[in-house]
Amino acid sequence: MSTETKTHIVKYKTYFFVLLALLLMTFISVAITSIDLGGLAIVGALLLATIKSSLVLWFFMHLKYENVMFRVMIGFVLFIFLAVMIVTFLDYGFQR
Amino acid sequence: MWLFIFTELLFFGGLFIVYSVYRFKNPVAFHLAAEELNTSIGTMNTVILLISSMTVAMSITAVQLRQKSRAIFLLSATIILAIIFMINKYFEWSGKFGHGIYPGSEKLAELGTGEVLFFGLYFAMTGLHAFHIIIGVIILTIMLLKVMNSTLNAGYYVQLENGGLYWHLVDLIWIFLFPLFYLIA
Repeated sequence: MSTETKTHIVKYKTYFFVLLALLLMTFISVAITSIDLGGLAIVGALLLATIKSSLVLWFFMHLKYENVMFRVMIGFVLFIFLAVMIVTFLDYGFQR
Repeated sequence: MWLFIFTELLFFGGLFIVYSVYRFKNPVAFHLAAEELNTSIGTMNTVILLISSMTVAMSITAVQLRQKSRAIFLLSATIILAIIFMINKYFEWSGKFGHGIYPGSEKLAELGTGEVLFFGLYFAMTGLHAFHIIIGVIILTIMLLKVMNSTLNAGYYVQLENGGLYWHLVDLIWIFLFPLFYLIA
């Protein structure tokens, strides 16, 4: 089933540009957290981390070239994580 | 391999939830404790891991294109970068130990509960991550040897793909550890 996608060869250039994007986002997140933005900084840093991890998953981990099933499964794992996070904070947020 | 990655993601995900609950309960202490951490070492290690992730991804391309010596170079570079990461980590941790900050230390006991929690999580999560790096170095070394003796080649490289996936996972976890521990001060 996945034999036809297995032969996909990713160019060196693609990986290099992904790395450049990842490094750029790293320095942006360091920069925005070093100036005082309060709560906004951590939101920004986590947002950038999320974009970075998506790039790693999509290009470095070949999700782009894999079967759709893997994307669904990854999405499911993220969904479980978010659900547990939300439920936990529904609890802690309303405690007094 | 992907199933293993899912279990790892949820395992570290659980730790991240623990982190966020304690941070929610002790915002000031977490903020102060994070100032103890050296952002430049953290940034350097982030750059190192990102580059190593690229080199291991490139090594698969090299094997597919039958560029054996280039694949060997790229895998060796990945391993060396991983070792540099560990050396940085060693200096960082020994610096913390030198300041009397280690699990169960007296100085840490004098600080508040929030600081104890922060450093407890810091040592546990970066420690577990470092443990993954060590395993990664072993896996990558095996891959390197297999590429060298042509067990892995353009016709058969699924092991290298899986080894690479593991290494990207280690990178993925660090992408989130870095802002949460180093950048929140």
